[in-house]
Amino acid sequence: MTIHPSELIVPGPTPTGESEKFWAGCRDGELLLQFCERCEHWVFYPRTVCPHCWSDRLDWRRAAGTGSVRSFTVVHKPGHPGWAVAAPYVVAVIDLAEGPTMLTALVGVEPAGVRVGLPVAVRFETVGEFVLPFFAPVPPTA
Amino acid sequence: MSGTRPTGAIVGVGELTPTRTTSGKTTLGMLAEASRLALEDSGLDRDRIDGLLVGPQVGETPQHVPATVAEYLGITPRMSNVVDLGGASGPGMIWRAAAAINAGMATAVLCVLGNHREPVPSRSPNRNPIREFDVPFGASGANTAYALLKTRHMHDFGTTDEQFASLAAVSRANAQSNPDAIFYGKPIDTAGILASPMIAEPLHLLEIVMPVAGGDAVIVMGAEAAEAATLRHAPVYLRGAGEMVTHRAMSQAPSYTTGPLKPSMAQALAQAGIGIDRIDLLSLYDCYTVMLAITIEDAGLCAPGQFGAWAAGRDLSHTGDVALNTHGGQLGFGQADLAGGMSHVVEAVRQLRGTADGRQMADAALALVTGNGATMSEAVALVLGRDR
Repeated sequence: MTIHPSELIVPGPTPTGESEKFWAGCRDGELLLQFCERCEHWVFYPRTVCPHCWSDRLDWRRAAGTGSVRSFTVVHKPGHPGWAVAAPYVVAVIDLAEGPTMLTALVGVEPAGVRVGLPVAVRFETVGEFVLPFFAPVPPTA
Repeated sequence: MSGTRPTGAIVGVGELTPTRTTSGKTTLGMLAEASRLALEDSGLDRDRIDGLLVGPQVGETPQHVPATVAEYLGITPRMSNVVDLGGASGPGMIWRAAAAINAGMATAVLCVLGNHREPVPSRSPNRNPIREFDVPFGASGANTAYALLKTRHMHDFGTTDEQFASLAAVSRANAQSNPDAIFYGKPIDTAGILASPMIAEPLHLLEIVMPVAGGDAVIVMGAEAAEAATLRHAPVYLRGAGEMVTHRAMSQAPSYTTGPLKPSMAQALAQAGIGIDRIDLLSLYDCYTVMLAITIEDAGLCAPGQFGAWAAGRDLSHTGDVALNTHGGQLGFGQADLAGGMSHVVEAVRQLRGTADGRQMADAALALVTGNGATMSEAVALVLGRDR
């Protein structure tokens, strides 16, 4: 089974004033991350100060949208009932090319095809009223 | 402790300009802004901050408040706490910070309070980062998070399902000496644990604690006061302690194969002036087999990735060469919510007093106790001793 995002009826994100640019970027098909102009670290999730140096000089920049699987799990018994229709599905943490880590669900792949280190790229999918940054293998395997 | 008094110094202050409303802001963000101002005022390097005191239920964050604030600020305090004293919370933080410093738990403690105020009350009170960036992707609850740890451990070290399951089998076996355990009278072997339903691959049902109703309480006194008092049992001494908080969301964890218990346990042992080889009882927090496995490795009982071989070569019962979770651990005894962690303390006290009926160790003088919160994030280690 693989996830069909358009069929999901699940809890969406709760954007804040700090993160609204990130979600707006998703709607526009861009993965936007914060970049600290002082210490030059990329930052995810969005914040008011850099978690590396506490500077508030955080700029928004477009990320490559690529990375690799840091770890993953195939969820058989979801913590929220809305995800039952997708189970078993893959939740993964991605090491983004820019450095930060991001949790996401994988699409376009069977669970058996996932491994640590798998190269992936962002794939924007509409779930309810939001566009979410899911990830899929590159090159596609399914 | 007569003759001692708290000492401390305020080295920096920061204050946000009051506003009627804060459209678009979060309390987490405002705490960070105030913290940055205080740091600037102090002239200190940010990395000097190693303690954190915050208020309860910070805006969008009803639970795991210090971990969420620490994660947001990118710091890993060795001491953190919620100070829940209403209008006295601010002053209350100052002596706690000084006390923590005098106790050797931190050297520079950030004390921070604040709140956002929306023009219109928000629809949901829970707007913290884990709710925004993990839950929408199908990662609700602890099972998913601990499964990520197990996957990575197996990938990095080649550890096997059987090795993880063997730890649950040990816990079940030890629970057979404890009539109070939820799994008393229900032993199970490694194969049986592997045959239990898959919950979040590679986690099986019986690698996860059984939630139960229950409770634990402990009364603590000063060592000299305890010795002067008329007590029913001999005191058990706190010989060392360590603490660290690293993150909230698994997506932000610094490592999946070692955790903040490693430095915490090292500190607790160092304060006690002993090595891990001196410990008679390991009373280690075991919400999941993978948590117990990593704790065994982080304690220095074996090399990283070698917990399976370590466990296979030992009798881990109360009569064995190393006693591990003699009451059955939470995997065998059950987890009564937050009291689950305290059950490891209570079992250690019973063993050190010599009152662990039916499972008493022969000569238990020193115990290592661990606690773990969130997902390998909030860590506390204690060394408890029969002797002062």
